[in-house]
Amino acid sequence: MGIETYLEKTPFLPAVDYIVNWGRKYSVWPVTFGLACCALEMMVTHISWDIGRFGSEAFRPTPRQADMMIVAGTVTKKMAPMIKRIYEQMPEPKWVIAFGACACSGGVFQTYSVVQGVDQIVPVDFYIPGCPPKPEALLAAWVKLQKKIEGETLADRKDVRGSLEMKG
Amino acid sequence: MAENNLTINKLKEKFPNSILGEGTFRGESTVTVPKEEIVQICKFLHSDPDLQYHLLTDLCGLDRLPEVPRFEVVYHLCSIKNHQRIRLRVKVGEDEFISSVESIWKSANWYEREAFDLFGILFKNHPDLRRILLWDGFEGHPLRKDYPTQGPDFDKPFVPEV
Repeated sequence: MGIETYLEKTPFLPAVDYIVNWGRKYSVWPVTFGLACCALEMMVTHISWDIGRFGSEAFRPTPRQADMMIVAGTVTKKMAPMIKRIYEQMPEPKWVIAFGACACSGGVFQTYSVVQGVDQIVPVDFYIPGCPPKPEALLAAWVKLQKKIEGETLADRKDVRGSLEMKG
Repeated sequence: MAENNLTINKLKEKFPNSILGEGTFRGESTVTVPKEEIVQICKFLHSDPDLQYHLLTDLCGLDRLPEVPRFEVVYHLCSIKNHQRIRLRVKVGEDEFISSVESIWKSANWYEREAFDLFGILFKNHPDLRRILLWDGFEGHPLRKDYPTQGPDFDKPFVPEV
């Protein structure tokens, strides 16, 4: 698709991966986006727990500059098209954290108006349970996400269109 | 209390056959009126110089399922001049139309859309009667008593239209 196709055939891929992933994992910029009460825990993680230590202090107001979406709160079916659109507007590579019981599974809202888990509409990398989860839980997921980014390779990102389409 | 009695007395004077019932609970008066005259009564309460109910605090629906007619629409009015409140109740059947009071209080627009959305109460002469809380294409009216609490198919996979 892009330069990754040619990099794969050269011996430089691991070195390029290392440098690129080092840059990516210390600059995961989340999109400013909260749905319900869990968003307050996300904000307090930003401010008091100082998420800037992990290179993520820049919450971007537009999805086009963001790498990561924290779905913090109840996903109603009326809001679901907007979440899907925000996700699709984010440039690759991008990651999603489902923050809180509602985003993970619908939580206590087993009703007609709530999506039973945001993984029905966007692919999710990490689930953080809790109602709401503690800021430490978000930081733990952050560190795990950095570990996950370390293990990625540019060759895996060839099929960008394919990763947009939901499996199943 | 005296002021509220003034409201009820004035209503009885102006619409002698339209007061179907009245009651008081903790100093708040409730008047039941027929649905055909709701616009005239609201106009009178709004424009009478002694009453001046200029604020529609709330308008909500009510489902009393076994009863016929089934629905009630409740109007909570507030007179800023007199510091008085009054509640109007109107009985409406299913698939029956009730006149909109949007021409008197602009705030009734969204309240009536909400009552339509959640109960399916139909308002005549409403400028824009469509769903307000639920999305377009939703089927049913979820605050009706015969609607299942969780709704049908609540746990089926959801595919949003982007």
